[in-house]
Amino acid sequence: MTEAKTYTPGQHPNLPPPPNMVGSMAWLRDNLFSSWTNGALTFLSAALLIFIVPPVLDWAFLNATFSGESRDACAAATGACWAVITARFDQFVYGLYPSEATWRINIAFVGLLIAVTPWLAPRVPFKKAFVIFSLAYPLLALWLLAGGLGLEPVYTGRWGGFMLTLVIGVTGIVASLPLGIMLALGRQSDLPIVHTLSVTFIEVVRGVPLIMFLFMASNMLNLFLPQGVTFDLLMRALIAVTLFSAAYLAEVVRGGLQAIPKGQLEAAQAMGLNYWQAMAYIILPQALRTVIPGIVNSFIALFKDTSLVAIIGLFDLLNMAKAIVTDVTWQGLSIEVYVFSAFIYWIVCFGMSRYSIWLEGRLGGGIEGTR
Amino acid sequence: MSMTDNASNITGPGPAVQMEGVHKWFDQFHVLKDINLTVSNGERVVICGPSGSGKSTLIRCVNRLEAHQRGQIFVEGTEITNDVKHIDTIRREVGMVFQQFNLFPHMTVLENCTIALTKVRRMPKAEADKVAMEYLERVRIPEQAQKFPGQLSGGQQQRVAIARALCMRPRIMLFDEPTSALDPEMIKEVLDVMVDLAESGMTMMVVTHEMGFAREVADRMVFMDEGEIIEVAPPSVFFSNPASDRTKLFLSQILDH
Ligand SMILES: Nc1ncnc2c1ncn2[C@@H]1O[C@H](COP(=O)(O)OP(=O)(O)OP(=O)(O)O)[C@@H](O)[C@H]1O
Ligand SMILES: [Mg+2]
Repeated sequence: MTEAKTYTPGQHPNLPPPPNMVGSMAWLRDNLFSSWTNGALTFLSAALLIFIVPPVLDWAFLNATFSGESRDACAAATGACWAVITARFDQFVYGLYPSEATWRINIAFVGLLIAVTPWLAPRVPFKKAFVIFSLAYPLLALWLLAGGLGLEPVYTGRWGGFMLTLVIGVTGIVASLPLGIMLALGRQSDLPIVHTLSVTFIEVVRGVPLIMFLFMASNMLNLFLPQGVTFDLLMRALIAVTLFSAAYLAEVVRGGLQAIPKGQLEAAQAMGLNYWQAMAYIILPQALRTVIPGIVNSFIALFKDTSLVAIIGLFDLLNMAKAIVTDVTWQGLSIEVYVFSAFIYWIVCFGMSRYSIWLEGRLGGGIEGTR
Repeated sequence: MSMTDNASNITGPGPAVQMEGVHKWFDQFHVLKDINLTVSNGERVVICGPSGSGKSTLIRCVNRLEAHQRGQIFVEGTEITNDVKHIDTIRREVGMVFQQFNLFPHMTVLENCTIALTKVRRMPKAEADKVAMEYLERVRIPEQAQKFPGQLSGGQQQRVAIARALCMRPRIMLFDEPTSALDPEMIKEVLDVMVDLAESGMTMMVVTHEMGFAREVADRMVFMDEGEIIEVAPPSVFFSNPASDRTKLFLSQILDH
């Protein structure tokens, strides 16, 4: 029994918590052994980890081979044959892009990092210069990647690997967000034509698989184009992916728009802001903020869906991996190749996910969080 | 602390607001019935009536937050029609304060006040800041300029909303139950600001149940019930000798507490 010491009212000091509330033993008890079932689960999980982790480490690192000219280099080792990755690294990254021109991709990639900075970072110095650069970036990237105007032209059929995945993913993300916002606004519009067109587009696109879209883009588009007009296959894929993603984003954004009280628009209108000004400065900043997780979720889905372009014969990261797997020099290494590709997708998607969590925390925890 | 600037703006010859035979429906529901009301320049009109009688709808028709279906409404001589140009002109002349404040939560107090100046009036930011600070001083909260609305009390928020509307230098101010969402101890600070504004000569249409305020500033009282204007009278007559039984009943209910 603890002796209940009494103090005169108003004189009670701050006492340390009782010992069973703090320390590593308390943590263990609260989190791992709080009940019999929890304790049993803890042991089961520990056993699983012991069974799984060492063999995986063995395979992936300890007994793995990291370099070599062909599969024979790995014959002696029991672990993964990462040699295929190092040997074919350029194809994973650049596809069939001419090796003397891959520096252009590298520059474009660095440019991409610079171009996204002002949109992702809350405060950067020289923001205006950054923004101007990122508005000009699409043209710059197109020039670097496709060539022309003094650069050796590189036909899009030779684009491939991670670079192609990134091109489709980034273009899709950048183009589908504004389009999705317009569709969401259109769906809320009082103008019957705009409303009907938006709803029709959204519902039709959401009701059709992306693969079917890609098939149609690669085969059927010719039916509608005049004889002799060709339309770049990659361009078609970009359009298909963008339209598809925009329909989903439109619904996410609509959810955000609905969360904004009607009084916000009324206040903006009463002050003389027109519809577009009210949307741009008052409604959308609030609406988009509330649906950041949904938007990023759509972006992640889009990025993974880029792998579907393999179906229409583009050599994105996954299709490139598939091609490398069938190479006789590296036969039978599908696990290594696919694990590596999966890892790349994972890094990008995980990065986006972490970024969204960080952004939410920053905006939600910020002083403007309360309404 | 006078607001004579606003008074000097009031130079228009005709009435500030003129409503002639105005009708409005929400679908089948006839919400405004044959409204005839003229508000002169510099006049303060207080509108009261039971809940659902159409008071909000009436003043929202004045800046076209609601569209009327019959009759005519003129604001400073401009008729309110579907023409977007006219609506823009009118909204420039008319400021509005809402029951729920409707401040923009993602912007600071100062930004709330300057957004319309910089975007609608295309005023340079430094100048807009100056105007905004001037009006924030008049509503006695210049020190809150850098805070976000969520950090202010209800009374402070409503005063910001008044300053925000005044920044556009409107000739007419509409108030829709500006104190109804406030805790009792904050009502006075908002009413004080409104009394100041009234003394400066601003044309005001105020929907409120604050009868003390109405007695003090109103030139005319308008009593509405079921979409109709039942009675219009100066406060002295309205409170002591109302003509209609419905007004009497309403006043007895509202003056009880
Ligand atoms: N957008 C709308 N659609 C349909 N009916 C509406 C709409 N807005 C208001 N009404 C109805 O019109 C009537 C008048 O509403 P209004 O808001 O003008 O009343 P009020 O006199 O301001 O009442 P309160 O004192 O409760 O604010 C009410 O019956 C209300 O339900
Ligand atoms: Mg009302």
